Amino acid sequence: MNALTLWFHKIGSPPTFYRIAGALAPWCYGIALLLGLVALYGGLVLAPRDYQQGDAYRIIFIHVPCAWMSLFAYFFMAANAFVALVWRIKLSEILAMASAPIGAAFTFITLVTGSLWGKPMWGTWWTWDARLTSELVLLFLYFGVMGLYAAIEDRRQAARAAGFLALIGIVNLPIVHFSVNWWNTLHQGSTVRLMGPSKIDSAMIWPLLTMALATHIWFFGSVLARTRIGLLELDAGKDWVRKIALDQQRA
Amino acid sequence: MTPTRRRRLIVISLILVAVAAAAGLTVLALQQNMTYLYSPTEVEAGHAPEAARFRLGGVVLEGTIRRASDSLQVDFVVTDRFKQMPVEYTGILPDLFREGQSVVATGSLQGGRFVATEVLAKHDETYMPKEVADAIAKAKTAHVDKGAQQ
Repeated sequence: MNALTLWFHKIGSPPTFYRIAGALAPWCYGIALLLGLVALYGGLVLAPRDYQQGDAYRIIFIHVPCAWMSLFAYFFMAANAFVALVWRIKLSEILAMASAPIGAAFTFITLVTGSLWGKPMWGTWWTWDARLTSELVLLFLYFGVMGLYAAIEDRRQAARAAGFLALIGIVNLPIVHFSVNWWNTLHQGSTVRLMGPSKIDSAMIWPLLTMALATHIWFFGSVLARTRIGLLELDAGKDWVRKIALDQQRA
Repeated sequence: MTPTRRRRLIVISLILVAVAAAAGLTVLALQQNMTYLYSPTEVEAGHAPEAARFRLGGVVLEGTIRRASDSLQVDFVVTDRFKQMPVEYTGILPDLFREGQSVVATGSLQGGRFVATEVLAKHDETYMPKEVADAIAKAKTAHVDKGAQQ
């Protein structure tokens, strides 16, 4: 066994991951909060008004990072579900299931902020265009994964079934992303582009990217914290969990 | 990799490929009949349903907005810069509604006029401060003027 596989096995063992995640999660939360506050100040105070939408465009600093996270969290969940299905790694099952509610929350925020933005600018809270509809389907996929996981009694079987659903649902990700290019939609195209120049002024883009970084770090902090609880639940009764419980009781 | 894991990997990958293919075909099929809006050119060509409600998309032609003085009725012309379509609407318009702005109107054709029950404004993906927008507009007009002089 080479060093990398060995390290992988070590990290993947529940007691080790529990310890490392416990040390990392508060840092993630702290850094994310700090970056988020900087981004909010930059977006709400420092960034100039938009030439068309005035101050109303500032909801972009919440809406767009959350929308990115709704896709990223799903990808993270599906990738872990894939590993869990093929290699039956306990930790991957827990990681996948831990990210579902977080992703659902980001998707929900995306839909709500989008709706709040749509009313004054477009003139409607909701319209059944391809981008909005596929994002709503994404929310239902998250709900489906969470529901399936909760519906089956055996935790590992539940994770496998829900993981399979998560994996199948990944076809929705390109649909969400490319919906604005594939169909005529009310929703505008992508502003920030990986290829080619972004369509946003440099004074406005840095708070947006800072917020995106903050939400990613927050996501990982939250996944780590939730995974710890998931591991305790799954391994309840095992020696390492019993030891932690006893230590807690004593303290 | 053990044979069991290899088998699982192959089976799951095959399922993923099958699902992706199914989704791809669905998207392709939807592309033809999932139309959010019709442009004035498409309406003129008879692609839009004649009796039913549909969405008309285009730009508000400059200088065509006429508001009634005694009601909320607004008349304007929507164009895709090829064909034009007169639109009639009674109600409150969104903040972004103005000349040269993309709009999506829902309604139906009534004797060559499009009677809308809802007008939504579309905005593009560009965000910039007003000063930058002004500077760009200025540069553009200067460019056009120069072109006209030559």
